[in-house]
Amino acid sequence: MESLAFLMQGFGTALDPMNLAFAAIGVLLGTAVGVLPGIGPALTVALLLPITFKLDPGGSLIMFAGIYYGGMYGGSTTAILLNTPGESASVVTALEGNQMARRGRGGPALATAAIGSFVATLIATAGLAFFAPMLVKVAIQFGPWDYFGLMLIAFVTVSATFGSSPLRGLTSLGLGLWLGLVGIDQLTGQTRLAFGVPNLLDGIEVTTLAVGLFALGEALHVASRHLFSDEKPIAIKGSVWMSREDWKRSWKPWLRGTAIGFPIGALPAGGAEIPTFLSYTTERKLAAKPEEFGQGAIEGVAGPESANNASAAGTLVPLLTLGLPTSATAAVMLAGFQQYNLQPGPLLFVQHPDLVWGLVASLFIANVMLLILNLPLVGLWVRLLKIPLPWLYAGILVFACMGTIAANPSVVELMMLVAFGVLGFLMRRYDYPIAPVVVGLILGPMADSALRRSLQMSLGDPMILLQHPGSAIMIAIAAIALVAPFAFKGLARFRQDED
Amino acid sequence: MTFFRSRLAAAWLVAAGATLAAPATMAQDLELSIIAPAGAGGGWDSAARALQEVMMSTGNARSVQVINVPGAGGTVGLAQFVQGAASSPNQMLVGGITMVGAIITNKAPYDLTAVTPIARLTGDPLVIVVPASSPYQTMADLMEGIKSDVERTIWAGGSAGGADHMLSALVTQAAGQDPAKVNYVAYSGGGEALAAMLGGQVTAGISGYGEWQGQIESGDLRALAISYPEPIEGIEAQPLKAQGIDIELVNWRGIFAGPDLAEADKAALEQAIAQTVQSPEWKELLAARGWSDYYAPSDEFTAFIASESERVKSILTSIGLAE
Repeated sequence: MESLAFLMQGFGTALDPMNLAFAAIGVLLGTAVGVLPGIGPALTVALLLPITFKLDPGGSLIMFAGIYYGGMYGGSTTAILLNTPGESASVVTALEGNQMARRGRGGPALATAAIGSFVATLIATAGLAFFAPMLVKVAIQFGPWDYFGLMLIAFVTVSATFGSSPLRGLTSLGLGLWLGLVGIDQLTGQTRLAFGVPNLLDGIEVTTLAVGLFALGEALHVASRHLFSDEKPIAIKGSVWMSREDWKRSWKPWLRGTAIGFPIGALPAGGAEIPTFLSYTTERKLAAKPEEFGQGAIEGVAGPESANNASAAGTLVPLLTLGLPTSATAAVMLAGFQQYNLQPGPLLFVQHPDLVWGLVASLFIANVMLLILNLPLVGLWVRLLKIPLPWLYAGILVFACMGTIAANPSVVELMMLVAFGVLGFLMRRYDYPIAPVVVGLILGPMADSALRRSLQMSLGDPMILLQHPGSAIMIAIAAIALVAPFAFKGLARFRQDED
Repeated sequence: MTFFRSRLAAAWLVAAGATLAAPATMAQDLELSIIAPAGAGGGWDSAARALQEVMMSTGNARSVQVINVPGAGGTVGLAQFVQGAASSPNQMLVGGITMVGAIITNKAPYDLTAVTPIARLTGDPLVIVVPASSPYQTMADLMEGIKSDVERTIWAGGSAGGADHMLSALVTQAAGQDPAKVNYVAYSGGGEALAAMLGGQVTAGISGYGEWQGQIESGDLRALAISYPEPIEGIEAQPLKAQGIDIELVNWRGIFAGPDLAEADKAALEQAIAQTVQSPEWKELLAARGWSDYYAPSDEFTAFIASESERVKSILTSIGLAE
């Protein structure tokens, strides 16, 4: 219970009026940059680094933590309202969230995202405070073979979940995997499928693909369908707030999303995307009304948003205990630590307990502030949907293009955005699910590197994947998940034959 | 294009609450924009922002704006810079040894002869480490291990063809083995490679000393050698050269101006940078970040780049990453 005493001291530090002010500035800025596409929390912290040099280390790190958490909150807003995920971790939120918004239930979608984020962050930050040193010991034992097993599970469950048929889902996934091959191969440094275009050397930016497929594709689709019909703005149905049923349907996904997000976020190469995919498929499997998925199921917002935020807290585990930044924002925060001559790592908890626990305490405070800030905003945000459709979609197009250019100032990037927009339109037109393309682009290169690193370490012996218990179990789960639906179908037919 | 881009970047900057200024020409009134050819958080980004901070606080520039142009080991940023910064007196680019390597492996359209070297700024030592549980106690043990089985000596480090990879090849070669056979597992950065080291999945690892300093001091990693030519104060591990292995490799970073720069403009930039790096503020910042001063003025830096390019090319060829 030594930790608890430290944490109380930490609250003492964080509740200092100056530090509270820093936390408030942080969450405000974070929410703002989360909502604006293109400018993410990493860039914001980087821009503020020189300014904060004159401040004391505690205050500025507290502000950075506020920006970090705020960015995660803000990212879901555009995904839900405008179908424009600002970051790759919000892609899944857009799936059900935007469907809800278009059925006049944008309010509950935003509310469940905000409250789910709060719950997830609260639990995950507590996990960070009490289990970080323990968790990190497990996390570093996670070898490339284990990552490969995890990717296999994600592939199998995701492709089975999306789309009207598995074949269409797999086709989309295959397209994403192919796009994922573009660029410099991480392990050999050789170029693949870049065709001499320098902007393709680093591969295809996930946000460009996601914004193109989702936002631009959507806009083109709407334009093509409403060409000759009268359009009316989306009416808000029911309350802006969550109904009793919404609460009932949300609380379990919040907890499950947290349970999936936090440990995977704590893995050095876990990232925030995989947990959102896994949470989405879990909720879909467990939902009382699975047929609602794709039509705006609140579980599909509550789970992935919690997973996203829990993994954001998880990312701080390796950062604080190992000095290991596993996201761009964490990398900039690391630079922030170094600016004050603090070396995050195994000794940070011992050498600067006041600072670490002050930071953890201020994460709790930032979380509360975010909830207070975001819930009233829900009412304001949903009014965006009252804008007439042509105006709304024109705005989305401008927003999407501005965001892409701000993140990556090049003409090629913009051309890719437009090309992906057309692709998204065609896929909608011919009923191919678009999410698996993004999943393939994110997971493909990760699975590729994980498998090849494993083989490099075993000198080419594929048995290494089965020799480690962790990866063997995960590969078995993936295999069962792949075969089971067919086996059950076969079995059912067999029984029918018997009757 | 460039106009539009800078307007846009400026608009976002305002949105993010940062400062903005108007044009001017005199040396002390420099209005610089520095391209960091990497994403926020990387080595070049922090070098660019460090320069921004000190140049403004010492009054060697009135305003400095950092623009991130990430991609392909810095070659995307370099290409954009060569095309957009010709004879411009107020645009600069940060680069380093990794860019030299990336130019060769990516067969980039431009190399560093296309830009005007202004100064070499910092040079950091790389460190060779083994996990605490490793049987290897000294560099000599590791060399023996490489000699007896080069393939089972698994290295972890940063991107393929980067400085870490080059050092593993040089060490392998010094142990009398073919550097093309080096079993080097590339990670996207020091962080992920560190996890592989701590998890005991690899034999040895290479990274910038600063990145792993915490683990070395806590005893989770054992530092066997640094790649710097001389011993460094505060670092216990001795240089490879002092251990009888004739290898030196410094992860240097420098700053460049655009092509076809007028002599007067070049002199103004050189002076601004020279005054910046001689300031106590810069020395303080280097100490805080754990960076080593490796300053060299324009002429010396230009000659250094020429010899370094040759050397990097021959190392990459020996690994099989370049022809």
